[in-house]
Amino acid sequence: MYEAVIGLEVHVQLSTASKIFSGSSTAFGAEPNTQASLVDLGMPGVLPVPNARAFEMAVKFGLAIDAEIGKESVFDRKNYFYPDLPKGYQISQFEKPIVGPGRVTITLDDGTTKTINVTRAHLEEDAGKSVHDAFDGMTGVDLNRAGTPLLEIVSEPELRSAKEAVAYLKVIHSIIRYLDISDGNMAQGSMRCDCNVSIRPKGSEVLGTRTEIKNVNSFRFVEKAINTEIHRQTEILEDGGRVIQETRLYDPDKDETRSMRSKEEANDYRYFPDPDLLPVMIDDSFIEACRNTLPELPEARQARYIKDYGITDYDAGVLVADRDVADYFSEVADTSGEGKLAANWVMGSVLAELNQTGSVIADFPVSARQLADLISRIKDNTLNSKTAKTVFEALLVGEGEVNAIIEAKGLVQMTDTGAIEAIVDEVIQENPDQVANYRSAPSDKQGKMLGFFVGQVMKKSQGKANPQAVNQILNSKLGS
Amino acid sequence: MSLTSDDVKRVAKLARLGLTQTETNETLTQLNSILGLVDQMQQTETDGVAPLAHPLELTQTLRADQVTETNHREKYQSAAPHAEAGLYLVPRVVE
Amino acid sequence: MSQITDLTLAQLKQALGDGDLSSVEITTAFLDRIDSLNPELNAFITISHEDACKAAADADAARAKGKAPAFAGLPMAHKDLFCTDGTRTTCGSKMLADFVAPYDAHVVSRCQQAGLISLGKLNMDEFAMGSSNENSFFGAVKNPWDLSRVPGGSSGGSAAAVAARMTPLATATDTGGSIRQPAALTGTSGLKPTYGRVSRFGMIAFASSLDQGGLIAHTAEDIALGLGLIAGHDPRDSTSADQAVPDYTATLNDSLKGKIIGLPAQFFDERLDPAMRRSMDDVLDVFRSLGATTVDVSLDHIAEAIPAYYVIAPAEASSNLSRFDGVRFGYRADNPKDLTDLYERSRGEGFGSEVKRRILIGTYALSEGYYDAYYKKAQQIRRLIKQDFEQALSQCDLLFGPTTPSTAFVIGEKTADPVAMYLEDIYTVATNMAGLPGGSFQAPLIDGLPSGYQLTGPAFGEGAILNAAHQIQTATDWHTLRPEGL
Repeated sequence: MYEAVIGLEVHVQLSTASKIFSGSSTAFGAEPNTQASLVDLGMPGVLPVPNARAFEMAVKFGLAIDAEIGKESVFDRKNYFYPDLPKGYQISQFEKPIVGPGRVTITLDDGTTKTINVTRAHLEEDAGKSVHDAFDGMTGVDLNRAGTPLLEIVSEPELRSAKEAVAYLKVIHSIIRYLDISDGNMAQGSMRCDCNVSIRPKGSEVLGTRTEIKNVNSFRFVEKAINTEIHRQTEILEDGGRVIQETRLYDPDKDETRSMRSKEEANDYRYFPDPDLLPVMIDDSFIEACRNTLPELPEARQARYIKDYGITDYDAGVLVADRDVADYFSEVADTSGEGKLAANWVMGSVLAELNQTGSVIADFPVSARQLADLISRIKDNTLNSKTAKTVFEALLVGEGEVNAIIEAKGLVQMTDTGAIEAIVDEVIQENPDQVANYRSAPSDKQGKMLGFFVGQVMKKSQGKANPQAVNQILNSKLGS
Repeated sequence: MSLTSDDVKRVAKLARLGLTQTETNETLTQLNSILGLVDQMQQTETDGVAPLAHPLELTQTLRADQVTETNHREKYQSAAPHAEAGLYLVPRVVE
Repeated sequence: MSQITDLTLAQLKQALGDGDLSSVEITTAFLDRIDSLNPELNAFITISHEDACKAAADADAARAKGKAPAFAGLPMAHKDLFCTDGTRTTCGSKMLADFVAPYDAHVVSRCQQAGLISLGKLNMDEFAMGSSNENSFFGAVKNPWDLSRVPGGSSGGSAAAVAARMTPLATATDTGGSIRQPAALTGTSGLKPTYGRVSRFGMIAFASSLDQGGLIAHTAEDIALGLGLIAGHDPRDSTSADQAVPDYTATLNDSLKGKIIGLPAQFFDERLDPAMRRSMDDVLDVFRSLGATTVDVSLDHIAEAIPAYYVIAPAEASSNLSRFDGVRFGYRADNPKDLTDLYERSRGEGFGSEVKRRILIGTYALSEGYYDAYYKKAQQIRRLIKQDFEQALSQCDLLFGPTTPSTAFVIGEKTADPVAMYLEDIYTVATNMAGLPGGSFQAPLIDGLPSGYQLTGPAFGEGAILNAAHQIQTATDWHTLRPEGL
């Protein structure tokens, strides 16, 4: 039996307004090379000047994972040639990163937790983008992205399965979203993941030869890529072969990893301290200032939700995983004053809808206030669970505000006892046999038999009758 | 330390410098004589001496996160040997 | 009255201010001299006739209205590695033979703001790598004192142009001696300021932790005037020092009485050429006559400066020059068959042999397995050298020695032996390693050729260096000697 040993290198684009070493905008989606300044282009004679905000963000991340902050951090040059790397070197941090050893806690499927050590996190500049298909026999280079600040977060090889890797990645994602230091959008490349994977016989302390799967861009692909790679390596070892240390690329269409020949040439990055930059000294006051702006982090928020809203540990965990979802939930809960009901609706209906459509809460058509309105109308007995669903579906397709929908669809719950009594009387008259049976049955059986009459009344009221009132009236009328 | 012709080729490859055979041969002799000079360093005792990267040992000033650049693509690309549709063009890169 | 082109910057400034000369007269006089001498000397790569003449007319007009900045209409020229918006910047290389920078270097804008007019761009060793100006894609520069000899390098064009009176002031850069050595070989004054004193923004990099922009002129006074313009903090250069810029002209006339001149033993050992020693002794006699005293000091690690320098400078250069890849600017090989071919041929064809040698040495020194033995070792030696200077400067005000081992050598004499060429900088590189200011000024001629003495001061001690040199220049006429026959 083999055991997988996995470490992740997560690249997070920091959401600064300007680039890490120049005053160019980092905005996504501009025309090619319109956000590439002299510095980003690596023009002869230009020099980098680091962005303070990138350091603030990195330090906040460090504090959030309980890491040592590099009081003196140094930029190094990583030298290699590639068209999307204008200077022929990437400015990164090698020996003295801004964030030293730290740790995060992941929750496994069985509910147990595991601490994963983070080796380091360092600042570096992103490369540009290559455009392959627009020109005959040529590749186009767009340097708008070149110089976007990246925080590269390196984990210890302590992950033992693809599921653990994804759980770790989700925690990192959750933290950067809470800190609001990145939009964390994997599809757009704001968060990218390199997976280092090796396997070894269970119980062995020796590490096997690892491969690096580059640039995996979704949680799902991370899981699939790692599983595929574990499978591939297992087959190699079982056939008596040897795993080659190399860089591989995951192809989601074929669900396989393949060797990246272009990166195979012996890499010798010739790291050395960038002589254009001086050591960055981070003093205690800088760190304290960062600490003071730290938001409540997922773990703390989970504890607070359990206490404030009276919801379960599990529910709170699900709700806080995504900061935007958590904010949405707390707005619904606070506005409606119904924590449990809010949790049920957000988890049961909102998250289900998001999962199904693959969208995010920021784009969700039902606002927190609308959902709170809906819950308030359940609470005041205007809606029951069935009609509430109908209103929610109407909200999803944008049919207007809660009260207007209730009005338009005539969904106001029938709470008028006179009207309900009339329906109950009708039902009793139309079903003499069932009435007789009910009345002759022993009282412990009657509860179950009452369901039939409730159903009939609800049907006649087109679902609008207040179920509690129906029960009460039926009980008194059938009892006589 | 003395370099071989293969060393020169390896280093030239790393530096993406095309050298003709004549250049490689000439360079080999010259590089070895330069390395002979450089190797005089090894006589100096430097145990425990902290490397000095910058003469004045100042510390870095950070800039405020502000967008100060505007688009000058046309001007910047006028220096480019081959640009089209706003992109710098290179022979096709296979990944 | 002497010719316009014989005047120093200070004299020209005075004449302009007094209305004795117009900027058009001055500029035309220098352009005419450039036109007549450059075919022989090859000091200029680009001559900006039109721009300079227009700027001169504008300056005269502004002066007539009383709206001219202090240096309006005074001519100068830039070493061709300072980027100039609209005028090509070649760095002496085929790689940038047609490169027109889309921006101005900090030094260039500062000069422009002060009203100085650029006469053109000055020849140099390719990417500032060389000590003879023979490594230029645009051809060797000749020493105005003897056309068969080199003017020194890498700022050979700057030094030759000033020596030949083609410009009263030239910008230059110094990574291991590239201002001081050519100044010494051409009978001019040259100052390499403290590392960080002058912004490197827009100065095409050779070795970032050693490069420093400075000036070459006839006198210390002219350098004091020019340095006041180009020195100072620039937020675009992280290594630029945030230090107030003093008025360097204000201290020029301070007395040298009681000043202590340190004589490093290593500069005056048995290897020093006897003629050069006599020349240095002549200068020291003047210092003493002005009330200064001397003290023997030691720079124990000076011998390791050259070996360590030839690791650090090429290592940084190998990385700095990676951006010349034929993609965004500069030379690109014809019909590259693939990406590797594009890189290897563009760089192989675009760079000259000395540049390639240094890229190879630097790449090797940084490559896996060699970093500690080379780069780290060199940085450790660098600290020892810096400590030596601190120790020596704690005993004196300025250090004194010859700038070069000998006077200008014959063109071609050292081209086959790079190590012999590197040893040209034996007295100058240590200053760069320590980041200190150093100036070279005119000493007596030796067999009809200029020699230079070097003053090294503490960090930001440019004022003291210029003061001392100015006092010597006030007491002697070595700086007024000019090459005959031009």
